[in-house]
Amino acid sequence: MEQTKYLVVGSSHAALEAVTAIRMHDAEGSLTLLTRDTHLPYSPTVLPYVVSGRSPADSIFLRDEKFFEANRVAYKRGSALKALHAERNTAELADGSEIAYEKILLATGAAPAIPPIPGLDQVSYHVLRTLDDATKLNAAIKQSKHAVVLGAGLVGMHAAENLVKAGASVTIVEMAKQLTDGYFDATAAQMIEKAFTDNGAKILTGSRVVKLAPSAIGALLTLENGTTLEADLLLVATGVKPNMDYLAKQGGDVEHERGILVSDTMQTNVANVWAAGDCAQAKGFYSEDKVMNAILPDATEQGRIAGMAMAGDPGLKTYPGGVPLNTYHFFGRHAISVGSSRVPDGGEVVTRYDETSGRYLKAIFKDDRLLGIYGVNEFFDGGVMCQLILRQVDLSAVKERFLADPLTVGRELMSKIWR
Amino acid sequence: MGKSYNTIAFDSNKCDGCGDCMTACATIKTGTDDKARSRIQIVGSETDGFELALCRQCGDPKCVTVCPAAALTKNFDSGVIDWDASKCVDCLLCTVGCAYAGIALDAGTGHVAKCDTCDGAPACVPACPHDALTYITTSRIYNEVGGWEDLFAPGLAGCQGCNTELLMRHTLRRVGPETVLATPPGCVPGMGSVGFNGTTGTKIPVFHPLLTNTAAMLAGVKRQYKRVGRDVTALAIAGDGGASDVGFQSLSGAAERNEQILFMVVDNEGYMNTGMQRSSCTPYGAWTSTTPIGKGSGGMPSQGKTQDAKNLPLIMVNHRCEYVATASTAYMEDLYDKLDKAIQASKRGFAYLHVYSPCTTGWRFPTDQNMEVARKAVETNFVMLWEYNPKDGLHFTHSADEPLPVTEYLKAMGRFRHLSPDQISHIQGKVVENLAFVKQMAHREN
Repeated sequence: MEQTKYLVVGSSHAALEAVTAIRMHDAEGSLTLLTRDTHLPYSPTVLPYVVSGRSPADSIFLRDEKFFEANRVAYKRGSALKALHAERNTAELADGSEIAYEKILLATGAAPAIPPIPGLDQVSYHVLRTLDDATKLNAAIKQSKHAVVLGAGLVGMHAAENLVKAGASVTIVEMAKQLTDGYFDATAAQMIEKAFTDNGAKILTGSRVVKLAPSAIGALLTLENGTTLEADLLLVATGVKPNMDYLAKQGGDVEHERGILVSDTMQTNVANVWAAGDCAQAKGFYSEDKVMNAILPDATEQGRIAGMAMAGDPGLKTYPGGVPLNTYHFFGRHAISVGSSRVPDGGEVVTRYDETSGRYLKAIFKDDRLLGIYGVNEFFDGGVMCQLILRQVDLSAVKERFLADPLTVGRELMSKIWR
Repeated sequence: MGKSYNTIAFDSNKCDGCGDCMTACATIKTGTDDKARSRIQIVGSETDGFELALCRQCGDPKCVTVCPAAALTKNFDSGVIDWDASKCVDCLLCTVGCAYAGIALDAGTGHVAKCDTCDGAPACVPACPHDALTYITTSRIYNEVGGWEDLFAPGLAGCQGCNTELLMRHTLRRVGPETVLATPPGCVPGMGSVGFNGTTGTKIPVFHPLLTNTAAMLAGVKRQYKRVGRDVTALAIAGDGGASDVGFQSLSGAAERNEQILFMVVDNEGYMNTGMQRSSCTPYGAWTSTTPIGKGSGGMPSQGKTQDAKNLPLIMVNHRCEYVATASTAYMEDLYDKLDKAIQASKRGFAYLHVYSPCTTGWRFPTDQNMEVARKAVETNFVMLWEYNPKDGLHFTHSADEPLPVTEYLKAMGRFRHLSPDQISHIQGKVVENLAFVKQMAHREN
């Protein structure tokens, strides 16, 4: 049986960071990276730009074969993990072979969550999570005249914008009362909605599809209120769920809820098993509860921590907890959200909105400490804001100036506190 | 050995917030004078002081790891984090990743923008009217020297943070294996140059002369090598005590005879190896174990050394040596330049190199502060960097204009902690007097 000291499963941000972290401390230990994907490593986050054609599919790769050679990593593409046998430290692959490991990192990411709508299995639809999905969608968009997007998260909105720009009539159907729920607040969502409707898209929030059936051009959708829509292109973008089927097959010794439960060093409850990235459920920054924080910056952070922990790097600092961080570019405008949108008891919310410039800012404080900050067309350094949140910096002396100009005041604080 | 890179350094003490650097950057990068679009951002105020937001070209950059489009890469040749416009998707995630505001949105283009050091000639640096920005190019030395053989043993018994070890390793790498080395009693053999348990601490011939005869003995060794037709560099690395006190007659004699040797003095201003006694190079007011602080006797309190230091390098100029120079490890490019010249001069006659070498143990400062102390000595003119040869005379290699007050240097270490205002003004007076003296010599020699 093939043996390896470190086995990393997955090939996106968390996995790649773990490889780098392991190699920084252990230059020699045998390291194998396993991925079901047949392509070189890429980021799911870039896929909307492959769909739009902005990023050619062959120029998005985060690493090449040379990287793995130089770092002495046995890189196995197109090999999915079928089952984890943690009790005997082996991983069973889709082809039935097994690899024995000393330490394993599960960075298997997530897959589209398909809603249980009657008839969905009778029609053809698109999802967007892999490069192959993106290439297919890119081709389909060019042909589409009537497109429907289910779900107004960032993946759905990105695709909808591409469809609008390609000239299709586009309808976005979203269960929640607003667009980009969970990423941006109602005011920001309205600005986003207006940008879309100004460009001809149709938005149906607070609405759900109850039935689907094949039609002449593609699919016929029936909404809760009885109206129907016809689509030659249907994109299902109603969220993601972690890839962790390989645990279920073994009775689930590795504890998991919505994701794989991990400690502050990304270790699972089972010896020699770590998890990081979109498949992991780790502590949130705002409470001890374990949360899903499936965003790119957190995947790199978790991957780095897991790699250091696996290699026994004494420089390891424990995970401070996930802070939501999102950026979103729409019709030439940009939105940034850093931190929590929840206003705790005794919290303070400050907003300002300038209609002529379209600049919107919202900040949430508790005891003069920043909890979250959101901007549309208002640029501030997200990384600096995140440090202010993590360090719980007392802003009482500068709060008014901070709200007027978070960019400049944030930089001043940075240069004094952690430069 | 890892590669080192050039870098833009910022001295907030010199910045008055004029913003000329930002204008220069905006002009060259955007064709406008819009400071908001500059890649270098000066923040702060007159009262709080000014600071910098600028890409640090991190060795382990977060912006690169969070880029989903592979548009940012660390260039291991230049050290710069390159941004590829053709791959960037304007997602701004890099700005969320960077905790230092080193990459930000340029509202003029809608893309992110960051410092690329203008391909090694940053426009902001010459634009600064106060020298608050400098482009440090010392990496050239480390990259070159890193490939040379270290002729000292890997383990040496130096104090933590010792400047002399740094100097020994650099110097021997530069002079190379065709060298015979003399190390009289002092920190250098104390650290292990003459070895332990029957083996030497160097990979070249080394001997341990007396404090009194180093230059004479080395001169004889060099003459013997010449007689048998071998071209070697005869190098002494001696302390200030061994050179300026009991070793002086032999040093002066060898210089007067213009012996073909390179005599390097590591001036840590005292007999540090034997317990930090004063030497004739110990400055006025300094605490040493033989110039203590206390009640004193006969009603005269003891407040450190009561005499001024001897200016040994100037005395050596008066021997009209082939080459005389002062140097500091805080100014490595200058030091290497002088080392090269000294090696060449030693082929013709006597070359003398006086290196000021702060001593973390004897001067009482934290072990990580050695370069800072060495730099402050030069910035306050407590130490001046110059060189001399008989043809061109004496000239400064580092500007002595606009020095910081000497207290900036004195307060960096414990051996001056007790100084009274009178003592401080005595020292400041001596700094001014020394400068005038060296300037006069520079004028006369030219």
